[in-house]
Order: sequence, then C-alpha cells, then structure tokens
Amino acid sequence: MSTNAKIETPPTPAPVEKIKVKVDGREVEVPKTMPDGVTGKPVPTTMIQACHAIKVEVPHYCYHPRLPVAGNCRMCLVEFGTPAMGPDRKPILNPDGTAKILKSPRPAIACATPISPGMEIYTNTPNVRFMREGILEFLLINHPLDCPICDQAGECKLQEYSVDHGQTSSRFAEIKVHKPKRVDLGPRIILDDERCILCTRCIRFTRDVVGDDALGIVNRGSYNTITAYPGKPFDNNYSLNTVDLCPVGALTSKDFRFQMRVWFLKETKSLCTSCGTGCNVVVGSREDRMFRYKPRENDSVNATWMCDHGRLNYRWIHNPERLVQVTVRNGAAATVSDWKSAMPQLAARLKSAAPGTVAVIGSARQTTEELFLLAKLARHFQAVTDSVPRTGPADHLLLNADRNPNSTGAVFTGLAATPMGSNLGKIAEGIRSGRIKTLIVFGEDVTRHGIGADLLARLDLLVASDILPNATTKLAHFVLPGCAHVEKRGTFVNVKGHVQKFMKAIEPKGDARAEVEFLKELLPTVTGWTAPRSLEGLFNQMAGEIPALQGVTWAALGDTGVRVQI
Amino acid sequence: MNPQTISTPQAADAGTASAIPIPNPLCEQPDFSVPAEMVAVLDELITHYPRKRSASLMLLHAVEERYGYVSRQAVEWIAARLELAPINVYELVTFYPMFHRQPTGRFHLRICRTLSCALRDSYKIHDHFCRKLGLDPHGHGAQTSKDGMFTVEFVECLASCGTAPVIQCNDTFHEEVTLEKADKILEGCK
Ligand code: SF4
Ligand code: SF4
Ligand code: FES
Ligand code: FES
Repeated sequence: MSTNAKIETPPTPAPVEKIKVKVDGREVEVPKTMPDGVTGKPVPTTMIQACHAIKVEVPHYCYHPRLPVAGNCRMCLVEFGTPAMGPDRKPILNPDGTAKILKSPRPAIACATPISPGMEIYTNTPNVRFMREGILEFLLINHPLDCPICDQAGECKLQEYSVDHGQTSSRFAEIKVHKPKRVDLGPRIILDDERCILCTRCIRFTRDVVGDDALGIVNRGSYNTITAYPGKPFDNNYSLNTVDLCPVGALTSKDFRFQMRVWFLKETKSLCTSCGTGCNVVVGSREDRMFRYKPRENDSVNATWMCDHGRLNYRWIHNPERLVQVTVRNGAAATVSDWKSAMPQLAARLKSAAPGTVAVIGSARQTTEELFLLAKLARHFQAVTDSVPRTGPADHLLLNADRNPNSTGAVFTGLAATPMGSNLGKIAEGIRSGRIKTLIVFGEDVTRHGIGADLLARLDLLVASDILPNATTKLAHFVLPGCAHVEKRGTFVNVKGHVQKFMKAIEPKGDARAEVEFLKELLPTVTGWTAPRSLEGLFNQMAGEIPALQGVTWAALGDTGVRVQI
Repeated sequence: MNPQTISTPQAADAGTASAIPIPNPLCEQPDFSVPAEMVAVLDELITHYPRKRSASLMLLHAVEERYGYVSRQAVEWIAARLELAPINVYELVTFYPMFHRQPTGRFHLRICRTLSCALRDSYKIHDHFCRKLGLDPHGHGAQTSKDGMFTVEFVECLASCGTAPVIQCNDTFHEEVTLEKADKILEGCK
C-alpha cells in the first residue's frame, strides 16, 4: 500500500529503559516499566509480563492484565534468582565469566514481583510444579466438583490447570464446607459460591473499572463468600463482564445458564451492533443458532469489555417473525415470490423510474458495503437519500449515545444527509407533492420517522428490505428479506472512525439473503455498473472511491480494524 | 459513583426459578440512631486517620459497645459517615468475631479457649454456663439466653494465660475460674 496518510497510527510512547532477564534460560529484553492495566500509568514490569513477552505460560487466576494486581491466588508462583553482588557492589562472576546467580530460597508470585536486571525466572522446575500441584489441591478442597452441570466446564481454568498441573486423585477425606448456591446476585447474574476460588477479579472489575463498589468477600477462612450487599443487587451495565472474568463457574449469566455446553459453540469474530462504539465480540453459535456474545480484545475500541445492553441484544436474530420470503405486492394482493422471478421484475420497474423521482433511505445499521451500493443506486437516479439517527443515553465507559453501529459509514458513503435525518422531512414532502414516486428503504420502518402509511400509499413503487416485518414492509411492493450481521460479512465504521469487519457465524433462514448479494444483482441492469464479485473486492473498490477510506484494504482490517480520520 | 443503569433487554432467565436471594445475616434495628455527642466524638476520631476508611474498625467498636451488636442500619450509617459503599463495612462485620450481628445479652460472658485456658478446662466452664442458661454447649459462636440476659461465647487468648482459665463478664476479668467460681459470677449478674 502506498498512501496510508490518513490511517492514524497510535502515538509512539516515549522510549522506556529496557531490562534483560532470563526466563527458563532464554534471554528476553523487556521495558523497565509498563502501563498499568487500569490507570495507564507506568508501573514496574513484573515477572509474569516478562514471561508472557516470550510466550512462556505462567498459570494464574487472580492476575488479569486489565485489573489491579491482587496477588491472592498463588497459582503463579515461580522460582527465581538474581545476580550475586560482591562487597564492592560488583556482580560476582563464575569462572566462565558469566554472572553468578543466587537462587532465591523462596519462590515469588510472578504477577506481583517486579523484575530486576539480570534476574533469572524459572517456571518449570520440580519445585514450581510441586507448588502448582499444592495450590490446586487447596483450591479443590471445598470445591463442589460439579463440572457436569457447570456452565464454565470446557472453558474453566480450574479444569484446565488441574489437567496440566493437578493431581489425579484427592487426599481430602474430611467434609467440605458448603456455601450458598444459586444466589440471585443481580438481574443478570446467578452466583454459585461453592465454585468460587476467591480470586477477587469480579470485585476489582466492578470497583476499579466500572466504579461501582458492589461486591465483596464476607466471613473468614474457608467460609469466605463472595456477595453483594444484602438488598442491593449487582446491577450495572457492565455486570456480565464479571462472568467472563470469573475463571471458574461461580458467576453465571442468567441468559446463557444451562443453554449450551461451550465446547459445542462455534466461535466467530464479529461486532456488537447496539451502539456506535462497535465493541469487538465473539459470537457463540451452534447449528445456525446463536447463543451468546462475548467481548473480544481490541485495545483501540473496547479493551476486553462490552456492556450488558449490547451483549443481551441478540434475541431479535431468532425472532420467529423474521422475514424469510420475497414478497411482491400488486394492489392489495401480496404474493410470495422468489429471488429468481422477483429480481428481474424489480429491475424492470426500477429501470423505468425517472431521475429525480426516487428517494433512498438506508439504515445506519446496514454495512458500509450495502450503503455504498445503495449510494450507487441513488446516484444513478439523482435520488434524495438519508439514514435515520438513533440515540439513547451514553454511559461513562463504552456505551455511546449514537445507537447506530454504522453512522460514520452512512456519512462516508454519502447516503446520510448532514445532519443525519434532515432529509427525511424533504422526502415526506416530495412524496406528498407527488414529485417522489419511488422509495427504496433498507432496514428502517419509515412510518415511525415521519413518512406515514398515507404517504407510502401514494408511491408508485415502494421497495423495502428488512429483517423483521414492520409497517413499511407491510406496504411495500417488493419485500426483500435481509440478513442480521451474524448471517453475513461486512464492515462498520464506529463513531471514532474505526473501520472494522465482522464475519459470518450462521446461515440466514429461508430465502433471506445478504443485502450486498441482491444489490449486486440489481445494479448492473438498473445502472449499468457492475460491482466486484467478492466482498473483499467490493470493500477495496469502495475504499478507493471514498476519500476517508483511501489506502485501507480488506486485508489490512485484520481482526481489530483500522482507524481513519473522520 | 453510581454508574447509570441502562435498560437492558430481558435475559432468558433459564434455570433461575430456584435462585435464592442474596443472604442477609444482618439484623434490623429500626430505631437505630446515634446521639449527637457520639457523632461528634466519632467525627473527631475519624480525623486521626489519613483516610476516612481507616476509621472503620473504630466506628464499629463504638457501635458494638453502645448497642451490643451491629445492625444493618448501623452498617449503612458507618458507611455513609466514612463515604464508603456499605459492602466495605459489611465485610469487616462478618470477618471479626468480636462484632455481633444479633443483639447480645445484658451480661456478656467471654470464655477463653486458647491453649493455656483450654488445657485448664475452660471448655468445661463454657459447657457449664451453657447448661445453666439453657444454651447448646456445642453451639457455634455467640449464644444468647432466651430472656436476653446472658450471652455466652468462646474467645481467643485474653492475655492472662498465667492465671488460666480466664473469663470476662462484660468488662470484668475473672482469673483461675472454677465451676464454683463460675456459679458465683452468674449469681453476681443482676
Ligand atoms: S466469583 Fe469468580 S471472579 Fe469472583 S472471586 Fe469468585 S472465582 Fe473470582
Ligand atoms: S458499548 Fe455499544 S458496541 Fe459496545 S457492547 Fe455496548 S452497545 Fe455494543
Ligand atoms: S496470579 Fe499471581 S497470585 Fe494470583
Ligand atoms: S490462653 Fe486464655 S488467656 Fe491466654
């Protein structure tokens, strides 16, 4: 790529002094300080960060790169040594000239111990293995071992580390401590205190990341129990992130509880569509049914979190009312059709529309590619175009006031008016005066945005593509069933100009098809312009035509997207 | 610091029918109020600490001393005084056995059960008290007699191991306690 001038690169941080340490005999150079996961302030680099820097795994429960360090689970214990110093404060050398290392008689927790120059970290000694085995034995003493009915089974760190580092049998002959099971912790979470390993990740997350000091540990010793304050349910817009953070099955999502064994879930990289932030998610689906969203790490967008509002907003995808048939209406009679016969009819009708008599409304929930093709169509007819603004309260973390996932894309493609929605009145007026005779609507119920059923009835041709039936599709001459984002590929541009792609997780139902596909069929007949065949090609073509996207390619989007200036 | 609650689509609520509410071991004390003089003393006390939170235990002690227990209302009052979330104070109340979550009797008998006292039969004294007062000798934690007069409870070392076994009745210390002495102590509680 030649001209990436407009792609923002993150500012290069001031150079930090580097330290050389050895991990299991391999030398690694790491910065002396690293930004704190919560505050971003530089703090001394720890052993676990040095190990991760050269991809050496150190098992850990309480440590999380985006939470304050607690150092309570001891799973990350390692052995280490530091260069021996003579009385002259000079390193003592071995006969072969290498620095003599004094091995510390005691282990250290890798998550909270800063590194020092020349330090050697040993993660794989018999002692370390013995300690891990011991910690796991302690953790399992009061654990109920109810993996067969536990939602976390299959993605549980207690299971995984037990396989890797645990013992094959238990020596515990005494009676286990019982704790509350099925605690209704809040409107979206059920807590099983017996499974909790007291890592305090949930407490730290809600206190230090969300700013809602809602959870704590009560009682003492083996009776330690996670709880919210009695009568004060755990309810903030980020509460479900604690379910992701919980290394075991203590915190479970009411929404996902007992729905599906996680190992059956296919994971697809996608985006949340519930606001303009565009949090990166993983869609968990099985046999064309979607079961959950989980946040996916993206430092420039959502760190590792997502909000509950977006996470739970997916049930519409499997709404039994979904539009699954192409419908053609002549007067009052609507007939079920199919793509093969409906498309030529539609193309013919569109072809006869005179320039200046057409309006196009494309939702800012459509993909950038769809909006781009709609804009092509609109330009052919010199159509008035717009999108529908959608807003709601923003919060202090991720949730944006713009509830459209692709407002920026609608602006980039020129489909949205400035400001968005300002052309809707003009379109209504045009229909009333009889000037606009054809209306193409993608993804919106325009009767709720000032273009009422009485106006729609005056149109010669109303084309509506949508996912769910609404007052507009009810009146449309052509109803084209479209796809939810999890049923297709495409890109959204978030409110900050982050261009991100999402992949297809499940097949659409019935005759529903990705909008890009049927738009691509329509365009050559109506406008004479043929779009590139592949979605990749279409994106690249679009990026070439839209100034703000100059130099961006589908391939360059990767998993985490590209920031452009808006 | 309460983050906005955003209306969230309804969760499926699968398998939540049998969910239990958040356990609440705290007692209600509807008439809880702190007299102005005490508030003044406590507020002054708070100024001794670098952070308000550090005064948590002192406030809890003051409340326990005055009312004999720490109620839900008391926890919330202390939290508000120290600008904390109630959960922070609640954690402390459940951690330290010296704070009681149920009202205690007029006479509070604390029997040491740490090594020296245990070796010199403090368990028998506990047993004796319990039987006399109609309490369960094997019961866990503090127990209060039906008439609300006595609370009996084991405690750890009272720092007079040389004169074991020792017990404390309210603020009075009794050393080298025998069963006879124990009866006298009970009789003296009027
Ligand atoms: S509930 Fe989960 S996240 Fe919270 S302390 Fe327990 S194990 Fe850790
Ligand atoms: S902040 Fe916005 S994009 Fe992120 S999860 Fe919530 S609704 Fe979805
Ligand atoms: S990960 Fe280091 S102590 Fe828990
Ligand atoms: S052991 Fe009872 S006072 Fe010390």
